[in-house]
Amino acid sequence: MLTKDRPLSPHLQVYRPQLTSILSITHRGTGMFLAFSIPLLVYWLWAIAAGAETYASAQELLGSSFGRVLLFFWSYSLFYHLCNGVRHLAWDIGVGLDIAVLYKSGWGVVALSFALTAMAWIAGYAARGGSL
Amino acid sequence: MVEFTLPANSKITAGVTHSASEGTNNAKSFKIYRWDPDSGENPRIDLYALDMDRCGPMVLDALIKIKNEIDATLTFRRSCREGICGSCAMNIDGTNTLACTKPIEDVNGTVKIYPLPHMQVVKDLVPDMTHFYAQYASIKPWLQTTTPVPPDRERLQSKEERARLDGLYECILCACCSTSCPSYWWNSDRYLGPAILLQAYRWIVDSRDEATGERLDNLIDPFRLYRCHTIMNCSKTCPKSLNPGKAIAEIKKLIVARR
Repeated sequence: MLTKDRPLSPHLQVYRPQLTSILSITHRGTGMFLAFSIPLLVYWLWAIAAGAETYASAQELLGSSFGRVLLFFWSYSLFYHLCNGVRHLAWDIGVGLDIAVLYKSGWGVVALSFALTAMAWIAGYAARGGSL
Repeated sequence: MVEFTLPANSKITAGVTHSASEGTNNAKSFKIYRWDPDSGENPRIDLYALDMDRCGPMVLDALIKIKNEIDATLTFRRSCREGICGSCAMNIDGTNTLACTKPIEDVNGTVKIYPLPHMQVVKDLVPDMTHFYAQYASIKPWLQTTTPVPPDRERLQSKEERARLDGLYECILCACCSTSCPSYWWNSDRYLGPAILLQAYRWIVDSRDEATGERLDNLIDPFRLYRCHTIMNCSKTCPKSLNPGKAIAEIKKLIVARR
């Protein structure tokens, strides 16, 4: 059946990226990133318990430009995974699987995840009294 | 297995360019995947320039024109030329569709044509469908009954029962959907893929079929059914505008509801 000398036809190399597949792989990517970020969250919580000095150094690390970039991706991943997760739950009960609806909800997830991320950061900076 | 790159024998090399004939005003280029089993060489991409003023409107018309007038060695499957046989399924302009119902003018610039993705190539645009058909046979695509046939009539359906088969019976098994599915690319040895699962659902919801339970039992498997992660490339690409992704979701729902 599988003849060894026969070539395998191109797949990822030629298949057009489209909303369906891009949002799906992003859901996976953000999910993995969130999972890998859990130790960071644990470290931060541990630092609170470990006393003022440790907490201050944790805050310094997370507040650094590298830390903020990481937190930005983390927050976007959280909101994207949340929004698209709701989409998946709807699909699990058989709702929203027509391609036209699916594209609307897909673009909706893209817009909402960026909006929520922006709002979270605006709220975050506002809570710090507007200082960077 | 997930393997993002092509095996060494499948890497694509540069091919031959066939320029347009003299006096061509309305040229269109076609880049076509070629592989000759007798050559011992890797697959290549050949370029053919055609005069659109002397070519039919569909991609299949262009393929037939190339085969008739430029290069008789170009190999592809075709039969009905009206989207009902499924023979000419291939990857055109990045998505899977039927060459006979895909208008050339829908493609901007060069028309790129490949065989259905992640399949063993027999020659040029002809993929080996053996495994796909074996998977189809595995879902027993025929009416299974235990009760005797009524002596004086067929097994009848109400209009509502018949309506449940709409959007399912139209599937022509062209394999566009299955070969658009990344899950099927990586796991086609064990995952049945959208086309076969839509067919499975077609028999599950048939009011005359009496093996619904066994059919569902057969699908409860981490791979056969549950490799579907609702990517939905399948429904996006179906040339018959059917919705295999939805059919799979309905099977999953039936399995949950049965518990």
